[in-house]
Amino acid sequence: MEPIIKIEHLEKEFKLKEMDVHALRDVSLDIHKGDIYGIIGMSGAGKSTLVRCLNFLERPTGGTVTVNGKDLSKLSEKELREARKDIGMIFQHFNLLMQRSVIDNVCFPLEIAGMQKAQARKKAMEYLKIVGLEEKAKAYPVQLSGGQKQRVAIARVLASDPQILLCDEATSALDPQTTKSILQLLKEINRQYGITIVVITHEMAVVQEICSHVAIIDQGNLAEHGKVEDIFLAPKSREAKRLIYQGYEKVAEMKGKRCVRIVFSENSSFEPVIGNMVLAFKSPVNILYANTKDLDGVAKGEMVLQLPEDEEIGHKMIAYLKNARLAVEELEGYVD
Amino acid sequence: MLTEKEILMVIEGIGETLWMVLASAFFGYVIGLPMGILLTVTGKDGIRPNAVVYKIFDVISNIFRSIPFLILLLMLQPLTRLLLGKSYGATATIVPLTIAAGPYIARMVESSLKEVDHGVIEAALSMGASTWTIIFKVLLTEARTSLVVNATIATNTILGYSAMAGACGGGGLGDIAIRYGYYRWQPNILYVTVILLVVLAQLFQMIGMFISRVIDRRRVE
Repeated sequence: MEPIIKIEHLEKEFKLKEMDVHALRDVSLDIHKGDIYGIIGMSGAGKSTLVRCLNFLERPTGGTVTVNGKDLSKLSEKELREARKDIGMIFQHFNLLMQRSVIDNVCFPLEIAGMQKAQARKKAMEYLKIVGLEEKAKAYPVQLSGGQKQRVAIARVLASDPQILLCDEATSALDPQTTKSILQLLKEINRQYGITIVVITHEMAVVQEICSHVAIIDQGNLAEHGKVEDIFLAPKSREAKRLIYQGYEKVAEMKGKRCVRIVFSENSSFEPVIGNMVLAFKSPVNILYANTKDLDGVAKGEMVLQLPEDEEIGHKMIAYLKNARLAVEELEGYVD
Repeated sequence: MLTEKEILMVIEGIGETLWMVLASAFFGYVIGLPMGILLTVTGKDGIRPNAVVYKIFDVISNIFRSIPFLILLLMLQPLTRLLLGKSYGATATIVPLTIAAGPYIARMVESSLKEVDHGVIEAALSMGASTWTIIFKVLLTEARTSLVVNATIATNTILGYSAMAGACGGGGLGDIAIRYGYYRWQPNILYVTVILLVVLAQLFQMIGMFISRVIDRRRVE
């Protein structure tokens, strides 16, 4: 199947007075219809520039971006404006019109499309219902919380019936609880309307929560990309390792002789794997880091264990864990 | 204190001043608003950067703003005569006032429009909004509070200029203050006109602030 977004050899260079900044170098990526594609990187990695090249808010200096079979660089200005109506975008700081009420904000893209006011209002109301804010229709953005503002922004984006939704750090200004509910909403939108979503973030947790695929951007380069579960199980690039291990970077400073990272992906939540191992070997292990959760009875997540100093027991434990269908990786000096 | 004749003259002066100030402010915006929009849109961070157009209007605005008003008024006398047949009196003063106010207003408009959050403009662009849509539905509407506040400041600046024009037979309260208060040394008339000018300035300020508050939706009720 032809990808809905095809990025080929994308380059972006900013010419500044003091020096030229190469924000993106030879990035190629295919995003397919229905994907929730995460683009993750440290701040300054170039991910925001990359997402702005997908709707040409930023014009690439090289390479091509093909959306729905159309090479964006070949479009006239008018055609580009039309193409943008299929590519919605939400932002970290919501970017609502502060002098317009909630409903008028949602009407805005419909006005741009030239829809009659009464009809636009009716349609806007439907989208406000989807995001659960119909009772706030007459309020102004200043009266809303961050999460509510992002919901209005989502309703506004849905109003133009986009095929693609770009999210530029859409949850970075929100608290963890609100982040969860916004991510949940995005997931629903993806499922119900089949909208392809591109999520820009610096948090691995966001990628794990909703993304099917992920691309890791490091200093303008595409470090690694693929399915989230594959990369999470066995990150290859240095940058991917850094992002995935960022949760226990501090813990690792007191790393013992033998540390292993284990990833749970298919074991039952009810199976006490670590406990059984300790009992079997009669030797304690130290849990340095753990981030696991129960997903419909299946244990998901990761742990960092410090194994006993005894070489032989350590080896046997690794074999035991592998045997228990866990992904095991030795962490000798993984931090820079 | 004042004779009946003098009172009538002062009342007429108030009318002339209001006419001069409001008409000049209006025509000043006819010139300054499009110019300010052009400066914003073609500026380095604008939605249609154009260094040449920007520089041209930038220079025009700077030239007119750096000429002292009284000298501008004298320089423009031939033009005023050409347009209105005479170069003195309240109506004639509208010409130099407008030309002095236009470039000044353009700068005020530019600074108001530049306050609009770039993210909101970016959001509109991402929805496929045209340049015109962004000017009318994003820039001018989002910046409306600041535009009104600056219009108030501009109007009071024009009020000050109009009083200055009194030195060259400009009409209005400034004219009365100079002819009666200064040349004939009638301090009572001088003080009355000054007080009236202060009251007018206060009035403009109050009205402007009131409007800017009423139209601002960024307040939490």
